[in-house]
Amino acid sequence: MIAESGHYALVLALGLALIQSFVPLIGARLRDAALMNVARSAALAQLLFVGASFVALVTLHVASDFSVANVYENSHSMKPLIYKITGVWGNHEGSMLLWVSILALFGGLVAAFGSNLPLSLRAHVLAVQAWVASAFYLFILITSNPFLRITNPPIEGRDLNPVLQDIGLAVHPPMLYLGYVGFSISFSFAIAALIEGRIDAAWARWVRPWTLMAWIFLTLGIAMGSYWAYYELGWGGWWFWDPVENASLMPWLAGTALLHTALVMEKRNALKVWTILLSILTFSLSLLGTFLVRSGVLTSVHAFASDPTRGVFILLILCIFIGGSLSLYVARASSLKQGGLFAPISREGALVLNNLFLTTACATVLVGTLYPLGLEVLTGEKISVGAPFFNLTFGPLFVPLLIAVPFGPMLAWKRGDLLGAAQRLLAAGIVALLALALVWAWARGGSALAAPAIALATFVILGSVTDLVERAGLFRVPFATAAQRARGLPRSAWGTAFAHAGLGIALIGIVCETTWNSEYIGTMKPDDVARVAGYELKLGGLFQRQGPNFREMIAQFDVSRDGEALSVMTPSKRSFTTRGSSTTEAALLTRGASQLYISLGDVTAEGAIAVRIYHKPLVLLIWWGPVLMAFGGVLSLSDRRLRVGAPKPARAQQRLQPAE
Amino acid sequence: MTRKQRRMTIIGGSLAVLALAAALVLNALRDSIVFFSTPTMVAEKHVQPGKRFRLGGLVQPGSLQRGDNLAVTFEVADGSAKLPVAYKGILPDLFREGQGVVAEGALDANGVFKADNVLAKHDETYMPKDVADALKKQGHWKDDYGAKPAATTAQGNPQGAVR
Repeated sequence: MIAESGHYALVLALGLALIQSFVPLIGARLRDAALMNVARSAALAQLLFVGASFVALVTLHVASDFSVANVYENSHSMKPLIYKITGVWGNHEGSMLLWVSILALFGGLVAAFGSNLPLSLRAHVLAVQAWVASAFYLFILITSNPFLRITNPPIEGRDLNPVLQDIGLAVHPPMLYLGYVGFSISFSFAIAALIEGRIDAAWARWVRPWTLMAWIFLTLGIAMGSYWAYYELGWGGWWFWDPVENASLMPWLAGTALLHTALVMEKRNALKVWTILLSILTFSLSLLGTFLVRSGVLTSVHAFASDPTRGVFILLILCIFIGGSLSLYVARASSLKQGGLFAPISREGALVLNNLFLTTACATVLVGTLYPLGLEVLTGEKISVGAPFFNLTFGPLFVPLLIAVPFGPMLAWKRGDLLGAAQRLLAAGIVALLALALVWAWARGGSALAAPAIALATFVILGSVTDLVERAGLFRVPFATAAQRARGLPRSAWGTAFAHAGLGIALIGIVCETTWNSEYIGTMKPDDVARVAGYELKLGGLFQRQGPNFREMIAQFDVSRDGEALSVMTPSKRSFTTRGSSTTEAALLTRGASQLYISLGDVTAEGAIAVRIYHKPLVLLIWWGPVLMAFGGVLSLSDRRLRVGAPKPARAQQRLQPAE
Repeated sequence: MTRKQRRMTIIGGSLAVLALAAALVLNALRDSIVFFSTPTMVAEKHVQPGKRFRLGGLVQPGSLQRGDNLAVTFEVADGSAKLPVAYKGILPDLFREGQGVVAEGALDANGVFKADNVLAKHDETYMPKDVADALKKQGHWKDDYGAKPAATTAQGNPQGAVR
C-alpha cells in the first residue's frame, strides 16, 4: 500500500505542478491576484505531496519491503539502519526523487517566504519553477519509477553497492543537490525577469541570498564528495577530474561568478544582462550535470546502472530548457535597460575580471569534459582527457584570478585607485615573497611551481586579512577603537575575507599534498616495519571480524615516531557476501593538518599483505579551505542587509493596509 | 573615458582572456589527451614505444603472475590479439582474471605494456564501456560477460551487458 500511495502522491504532485505552471501565468496576464496566488498554494501543496512520496520510499527501504523492485535491488535486511535510509538516494530512481523533492522544497520556500515579492514576480518565478518540476516528475513517472512492484517478491535484497555504504552517502548527495537545484531559483527569477521585461536592483537583492545559499551547499557538497573519494576509494586521490566531478565543478564556477555579478547589480544596478545570462547558464550547467550523471553516457563511480531511454529523456529536458531559456534571452535581453557606468579600474571592473576568468575556466572544464564525447560521436575514436589537460588549462587561468582576488575588495565602486590598493597590499606582497624564498630554500624535491604557488596562496590569505585590517584601521587608531570598528564592520565584509582566505588555504593544501606527498607501497608480514616521512609503522597482525552484512580483515599497525608510540591504525578490507564484492577501508591518522593514510591490497600466498602507506602533508587544508569559504558565505547570508527578501516596510504601515 | 571606450576596454580584455584560454586548450588537447586501444588496435597501428595510451580488454585467464614486491604481469586479450602487461603496485579490488580491465601506460622497447595505472570495473555488473564497445565491434562479445551470477539474473537488469 505504501508504494502505491507514494506513487499516487507523485502523480498528484505532477498535477499540482502543471496547475502551477499555467494558472499563475494566466493570472499575471489578466492581472488577477487570485489566480496569481494559486502559485503559492500549489507550490506548498506540491512540496507536501512530493515530501509524502519521498517519505513513502524511505519507509519502504527501512521496512525492507523487497516486493518493491527499487528496495530489492538496493537494500538488504541486514544492512544497518542508516544505510537503509541513505540507500534511498544511492540509486538512480531514488536520487531523482530526492532531486525533485529538493526542487519542490525550494519552490515551497519561495512560496512561504516570498510574501514581500511583487505578486506578479512571485507568480512568474513559481510558474517557471513548476515547469522544471513537471519535466522531472514526468521523467520519474515514465522512465524511472521507484515504486514498481515485483510480482514474485524475493526473500532477500541484493544489497547496496558496498562503496556507497558509508556515512558520506548521507551527506554528499543531499548537499550537492541542495546546491545544484538551489540554482533553479536564480534561473526562475531570471526567466521571470525576461518574461516581465523588468529587472532592477531589488531583483538582485532577492536573488542573491538564494544564490548564496545554493552556493554554500554546493561548496560543502563538492568538498564532502572529494573527502569521501579520498578515504573511500583507497588510493589517496581527492580529485580525479572525472567527468562527473567536473559536472559539479562547472555549476560551482558559474555560480561563484553569479554571486559576484549579482553584487554589482545590487549595488550599482549594472551588468543586468550578464547577470541574467549567468543565472541561466548556471542552472543549465546543473541540468547538464544531471544529464551527464544520469544518462549513462559517461561511466564513472557515480553512474548507477542506467538505461538509454532515460538519457534521451533527460537530453530532451536539457534541450528544451537550455534552448528555450537562451532563445527567450536573445529575444528579450535587449529590452532590459542599461545600468550604471564604471571605469575599467573599479570594484565593478574587478568583479567583471573575476567573472571573465571564472567563466573562461568553466568553459575549459566544459571543453575537457565534452570533447571525448564529441570526438567519439564524430570519429569513433576513443580518448580520455585527464588531469594533465586540466592542469594545463584550468591552472594557468586561475593564477591571474588569484592575483586579482585581494585587489577586488580594496577598489572603490565606480572608479578605483589601483596604485593605492597596491600600496595597501605591499605588506602582504612582501610576506608572500618571503614565503617564496623560504619554501625555495627549505623544500627538498618537488615541482618548481610549488614555491610560487604557495607565495600566491599566502598573498591571497594576507590580502583578505589586510582588507579587514584596513577597514578596521588597526595600527592607525588605538587598538580598542579598531576592535570596535571591526565588530561594526558589515558581516558581508567578514564573509568576503573568510571566503577569499579559504581559497588561499585550499591552494596551500593542494600544493603541499601534490608536491611533498610521500608514499610506501610494498608487501608486509606481521612485525615488519615501514618507514614513511619519519613515522614508523609496524604491522602488528591481521584479524578477521564479522560485520552486520560483511566480513572484514583488519590489519593493525602500531604507529610511532622517534621511538615514541603514537597510535594504532586499523585499515581493513571488507567483503560483502551478497554482492560478492569487496571494499578497502583506509585508516587515517590526523596529525595537525597532515594525515597518515594506510590502505590494504591483497594477501599473498606467503601470508604477507600488500599495503599502501601515504604521508600527506597539510592535506586537510584542501577541505578546510572550502569549509571556510562556506562559513564566509553563511556570514554574508546573515548580514542584515541581505537577509532573505528585501527590506520590509515599517510594521505599523503594513497593519494599516486592508487585507488583500 | 567615454562610454564607448570603456566598453571597448572590457570587450578587448574579454577577447584577450578568451584567446589565452583557447590557446591553452588547443595546446593541452595536442599534448595531454590519451587514446584508447585494444590489443588488436595496438597490433594494427604499430603504436610507438613510449606513447601513452589506455589499453582495454579482458584479463586472459591463467595469465596473472605475481612477482616480488608487488610486481604483477598479466595479459590483456580482446579475442583476436593479446598483449603482455607489466604493473607494479596494488591491483584494484575488483581485478579478476577473465574480467574487463583498462590500463594506462605505454609500450616499452620489448613490446610489453608498462602500466602505471590499472582500473577495473566498479561492481560485478559493470564492464568498462570502452571495452564492451570494442569487443562488440570485433564480434567477440559474449552475453555472459556482463551478466550477473546466475541466482539474480532473473530480475537483474541487463545493463552490464548492454552498455
